[in-house]
Amino acid sequence: MAEHHSAHAAEGHGEVHVTLPFYYRTFAWLMGLLIITLVAAWLNLGLLNLPIAMAIAIWKAGLIFTNFMHLKFSTALARVFALCAFFFLLIMFVLTLSDYFSRGWLGPRVW
Amino acid sequence: MASQTQTVEHAHGHEHEHGVLHHHFDDMAQQRESTFLGMWLFLATEAMMFGGLFFAYSLYRWKFSVAFHEGAHHQNITLGTLNTFVLLFSSLTMARAVHAAVERNKKQLVQFLIWTMVLGTAFIVVKYFEWGHDYHEGLMPAIAWNFYDRAENQHLVQELVEKGSNPHQVMMYFVIYFSMTGLHAIHMIVGLGCLAVFLRLAMKGQFTNGNDQPVEIMGLYWHFVDIVWVFLFPLLYLIAGFHPSWLPPPPGGH
Repeated sequence: MAEHHSAHAAEGHGEVHVTLPFYYRTFAWLMGLLIITLVAAWLNLGLLNLPIAMAIAIWKAGLIFTNFMHLKFSTALARVFALCAFFFLLIMFVLTLSDYFSRGWLGPRVW
Repeated sequence: MASQTQTVEHAHGHEHEHGVLHHHFDDMAQQRESTFLGMWLFLATEAMMFGGLFFAYSLYRWKFSVAFHEGAHHQNITLGTLNTFVLLFSSLTMARAVHAAVERNKKQLVQFLIWTMVLGTAFIVVKYFEWGHDYHEGLMPAIAWNFYDRAENQHLVQELVEKGSNPHQVMMYFVIYFSMTGLHAIHMIVGLGCLAVFLRLAMKGQFTNGNDQPVEIMGLYWHFVDIVWVFLFPLLYLIAGFHPSWLPPPPGGH
């Protein structure tokens, strides 16, 4: 991990040296994805609307996380910190929504 | 003891080259890592705070899907798209400010901090007009909620009832809309305030003397707020599709 870190960090001081074209490419991707999400919403694909919109939003967020927020160049520990919030959100969404969605599946209580 | 002396020397030797090394860190890399992790921990708590609202959104969208569709119809999708572009563009200028600080380019740092502030302010101004419009339309719960009481809108109430919904459910969409965009706007305003302080310090030559990390940390916050909007835009505006008046309808119709 230390090797990986120093490979991207200048002078071993943990600074991230990223070239400008890298940022421009990221921005171009974000613009492209924005256009795709608008075209998908314009076409109106019915049930596919939400999954497509969310997939693109997650893709855009991922690009910002890794490229603009430098997670691509950070240590594994920093990535764990970033992911833990979403892990806890996942717990909240999955457990609570599974309760709401499954209410009444087994019929009314009879005892 | 020997290592302690070494650390102090190390700190002293690098004070002007790479910013100040505080005494409780071994070296600059460790200090940078700790600062980076601390900010990410804060952002994790922010993600969980917004997460609560995203959960409320998910639940009510599932329960009141017709009303949420109707609510999204009231949004000005052109302004929403414009704001998405403005915010993504401000992330690019923020990234360039971070880059300028690393390069120790004071002029560019100041320039891109100003650009980021201009774009952030533009976002808030657009939001102000959107909210003003909602206020006049009577679509602001608790403050001005009379859109569906107006005689000319009774056919809309009728349509909602026929689809198994009602204006109260649309109100829930707007409660969630104002909570989410409001909390997001508060974050934008806090970010603009921080940027103003950073701009002042940057003009004094701070951050371009080797102490560039504060700008990176500021950038993390700004990009995070941008990411929240990346999710808010499709969830609040694009539910009912993207059909602004200046675009022809899609091949299959609406």
